[in-house]
Amino acid sequence: MTEYTIILLSVIALFIPLLGFIITLFSGKKFPKVYWFEVGVTGLGLLISIIICFAKLAFYNNQNIISGFQWFSIGAADSPSRYFIELGIKIDNVAALMLLVVYIISFVVHLFSVEYMHGDKRYNRYFAYLGIFTFSMLGIVVTHNFLMMYIFWELVGLSSYLLIGFWFEKKSASDAAKKAFLVNRIGDIGMFIGILILFFTYKTFTFDSIFSQISQGHLPFDSTAWLTAAGILVFMGAVGKSAQFPLHVWLPDAMEGPTPVSALIHAATMVAAGVYLLVRIFVMLTADAMLTIAIVGAFTSFISATIALTQNDIKKVLAYSTVSQLGYMVMSVGVGAYAFAFFHLVTHAFFKANLFLGSGSVIHAMHHEQDIRNMGGLRKKMPLTYLTFLISSLAISGIPLTSGFLSKDGILAGTLAFGKLTGHWLIPVFGFTVALMTAFYMFRLVILTFHGEPRDREKYEHAHESKFVMAAPLVILAVLSVFIWYTPNPFSPDAGWFLSSWVKTPHTVVPAESQFNFMIYNAAGESALHGEIVHSELYTETIHWAHYPAMLLSLILAGLGILIAYVMYQWKKIDVDKLTEKLKPLYNLSLNKWYLDELYHATAVAGVIGLSKVLAWFDNIIVDGIVNGAGYLTKLTSKLSGLFDIYVVDGLVNFSAFFSGFIGLSFKRIQTGKVQTYVVFVVFSVIILLLIFKSF
Amino acid sequence: MEQNHLLTYLLLTPIAGSLLILFLKEENPKLIRWLGFLISIAAFIISLFVYFGFDASAADFQFQDKILWIKSLNVSYFVGVDGISLLLILLTTFLTPLTLLSSWKAIEKKVKMFTFMMLFLETGMIGVFMSLDMFLFYIFWEAMLIPMYFIIGIWGGEQRIYASVKFFIYTMFGSLLMLVAIIWLAVYASGPLGSFTTNLLDLYKVGPSVPREIQSWMFFAFLLSFAIKVPIFPLHTWLPDAHVQAPTAGSVILAGVLLKMGTYGILRFCLPLFPQSAVYYAPFISMLAIVGIIYGALVAMVQPDMKKLVAYSSVAHLGFVVLGIFAMTEEAVQGAVIQMINHGLSTGALFLLVGVIYERTHSREIAYYGGIAKLIPVYCAVLMITSLSSIGLPGLNGFIGEFLILLGSFKSSVLNSWWFTVFAASGVIFAAVYLLWMYQRVVFGTVKNPELQNKLTDMTARELIVIVPILIFIVWIGIYPSTFLDMTRLSTEKILRSVGSFTLSLVK
Repeated sequence: MTEYTIILLSVIALFIPLLGFIITLFSGKKFPKVYWFEVGVTGLGLLISIIICFAKLAFYNNQNIISGFQWFSIGAADSPSRYFIELGIKIDNVAALMLLVVYIISFVVHLFSVEYMHGDKRYNRYFAYLGIFTFSMLGIVVTHNFLMMYIFWELVGLSSYLLIGFWFEKKSASDAAKKAFLVNRIGDIGMFIGILILFFTYKTFTFDSIFSQISQGHLPFDSTAWLTAAGILVFMGAVGKSAQFPLHVWLPDAMEGPTPVSALIHAATMVAAGVYLLVRIFVMLTADAMLTIAIVGAFTSFISATIALTQNDIKKVLAYSTVSQLGYMVMSVGVGAYAFAFFHLVTHAFFKANLFLGSGSVIHAMHHEQDIRNMGGLRKKMPLTYLTFLISSLAISGIPLTSGFLSKDGILAGTLAFGKLTGHWLIPVFGFTVALMTAFYMFRLVILTFHGEPRDREKYEHAHESKFVMAAPLVILAVLSVFIWYTPNPFSPDAGWFLSSWVKTPHTVVPAESQFNFMIYNAAGESALHGEIVHSELYTETIHWAHYPAMLLSLILAGLGILIAYVMYQWKKIDVDKLTEKLKPLYNLSLNKWYLDELYHATAVAGVIGLSKVLAWFDNIIVDGIVNGAGYLTKLTSKLSGLFDIYVVDGLVNFSAFFSGFIGLSFKRIQTGKVQTYVVFVVFSVIILLLIFKSF
Repeated sequence: MEQNHLLTYLLLTPIAGSLLILFLKEENPKLIRWLGFLISIAAFIISLFVYFGFDASAADFQFQDKILWIKSLNVSYFVGVDGISLLLILLTTFLTPLTLLSSWKAIEKKVKMFTFMMLFLETGMIGVFMSLDMFLFYIFWEAMLIPMYFIIGIWGGEQRIYASVKFFIYTMFGSLLMLVAIIWLAVYASGPLGSFTTNLLDLYKVGPSVPREIQSWMFFAFLLSFAIKVPIFPLHTWLPDAHVQAPTAGSVILAGVLLKMGTYGILRFCLPLFPQSAVYYAPFISMLAIVGIIYGALVAMVQPDMKKLVAYSSVAHLGFVVLGIFAMTEEAVQGAVIQMINHGLSTGALFLLVGVIYERTHSREIAYYGGIAKLIPVYCAVLMITSLSSIGLPGLNGFIGEFLILLGSFKSSVLNSWWFTVFAASGVIFAAVYLLWMYQRVVFGTVKNPELQNKLTDMTARELIVIVPILIFIVWIGIYPSTFLDMTRLSTEKILRSVGSFTLSLVK
């Protein structure tokens, strides 16, 4: 298989969901069964992605396949400053694997939705939206440059808007859709400015070209501080999409979308995009940027795990667990455990999709009941859903023989090593605490939903196991949550093909003085093939040192978490109500999500709307007031001029007329016509004149 | 260059047609509507001939046509187009037939007069974009006010008189200062050129040599006139009134074309004629542009009236265009030109769409609606695409313009600060806020207002014929912008070369 074929297949794999979207959207009215076309197209895409992934890993394992074309140019043909804006595709191992993951999840979600969404008024439109969501995500996966990444990044935002707000009759749904779009946009602007800084410096958007220029010592504004800034700004995009603190608030609300959509958003698309972006830019992150990322990830993971402890909505628990696990991945990138971040992205995709679809299965069976306080005992009614849900819960809790154990353990070992090497011990502390909480809240969920006695008899009686199209996805995903797909040795992820030959940590390109010393590759590493593991000896040693303590500790904590859940909810040895009463402030803090939504509403949202109202008033009264005032002033002036004209100017005219008339009238009297009178006048006049002249 | 009268034909077609319409009988509105529509289509076809005859690889003004007009003043009828003006002429001839078609139902009274005014207006707008003589330019610039004044004043809403008078006087005020500057410049030029002239191409040679002190005055006289038209904050308050009161067709032309005359004027006159002043004041004007972007968006957010909301969004969008022009980099100016077209298409379409439901319900209040997605799904889909285009979603036209402007302003050595870009970029968030919020309140939810059920019907074939061509271009520009960027590339470069040397001297 040639490189050309792989590129061609990738292009096909990228665009067929778009085709599915267009056809399903526009022929939905005429052909009510057109959704099968969309499902089929996704199935076809899955096949192609399997081929691509296989071909890439088997034949081009150490070689990246890149191809681009010129979208448009800036500058005239003969000008030296002319350059092209390029779009293109880069298939490396990470992209090939991600392509496959996205298609697997997308396909099972399609399949699951056939039954789950059955009877919805906008059935076909729903499938069309799934198509455009898949398309948008795939664009992010296969791109070889920042611009195309940003373009599809925004399209993911749009797709999420359409799907989260799919039931737009509900105010809460359309609110959630809007919130997701807007909160994401805040992060996107940071990302956009970060990309502009990179473009400004390197005159290109392509990853490889930018990275190779950095490795040659060419830095934005000749300073590593700006490289750090660029890294953190681009990371802001991931903060939005991957729901990191403080922009994580859109994600729990996004549960308003249909449940299979949640599976799609939380496993393979959208939230995965942020972590994928970090994987893409990993090599250009400086030490400061990495530390920032690690802290944000660790804190996100901690805060959301504490919230998940007390939620009563089955989907909300899963939502916060997603935020928490994403925090893990982000933290993992931050501590330099690149391969484990991606590994966890993959394993998490499967078991989290499974959990969501499992919850969908439960919700479907319970007639849209989502409150776990009204469930219980469902294990007897829905054995298959229970079993698959249990496997995934074990995986997310990090119990051996599952995929989650492998990836999570690697991340925790990475944080431990990071703590030892840099002294930032708080990060592993957060990491391990979250492991404990995760095991607890997941088993709280399992026990309350599936174990014990049913608390709502009526709904329980109606519950039933799901049909084949819904059950099959659950089984597929549960199977994919077992260790065997990634490594032959369930206790050593490093021994597996996934990490030893597929995903390897690339060299950092950042100047040595602004990167952690353990991230710098040694002299031997320089001559190594591109993409080979070349961490310094120090890091390798430390990771080795951390491996077993981390594994042991995480196992103990996971076991402890599960145990506490059993003690509290299964065996009821501790009175939960009394406990919550005792810990009331903490309980409320967790239940109310640390009051962050309220805080944002009181500050940012109210602030912007308040400011807008003030400005609208200002515009109406002051700015327009000045204009109208000027108009009024003009009118006033002309009125005054009018008065002036009538009374002064015209008055003078009239007065002069009146005056001449008056004079005329007065002098008329002396025109008597008698000669005697005239003689008297003449004589007196002469006397007066003589008197006047004499005095000179 | 060989004389070619194609532009003159283009210019005369609408006005000749409008005179023809005056001979028709008022009792037959159908005939008048069809004829008006066909005349505007004819103008569009002629403009396509210009487009296909246009050589994008030449930077000069093409299709020049020159006839000496007033000998004693050395004033000529002198027209010609470069890439930028041609693109705007195409926008004009493209939008006019659509607006005429869109008002077939909306305009019931005085159809003859209306059609006459619209065609008259078209000639005025085309004339503005193709004039190469300042005197001629000024005549078209003023002439175009008259039909717009009547369109708002006769077929407008309740406060139409106030709005039309405000529009007229505000614009007139600015243009008188421009007239003074034109005469001043022409008199000044008679020194070096040997005679009084208003020929733009000759004045281009003189403008940069005007002493700085005087040049600044001339620059601001021109700028003020254009800034009112754009409108640049804080000269914008005539706009919401004019938009809200104007009939749909008036709003579309107002937003689509008339506002562009301001930004076009800045590009055509302020930059090349007074390059030193333009460079010197660029940061200040860009600051006003940024204020306009954020201010316009914030004020738009809380408007209860859909048309007013769209009107304020224009202030924000045009802020982007002004920022792009004064960033004076190739990316930014090209982006600004594309953004002018984008705004014409997207905002024009938004006004058309508001008009569509207004015709049915006679309400533009956002609160009056809600849940209409169920009643009129096609309409809502079209409104969605148009809003997304206005928001600047990649894949649609708005993104290309904003992207290039932000990129160019970031690189700009004239502005020399990346804060402009950061603040402008935040405007992108607000754009999403006000449009999505409006969309949510109008379209989503359940139908609460029982009147809607009876009154609202989905888009008719005629309305779709009006809107679909615009949607095609919205997608076209978003996916393949080269068609349009190639046209304006050399014209942009030429303008930038004229300011380029002064940019460098300023930086060093």
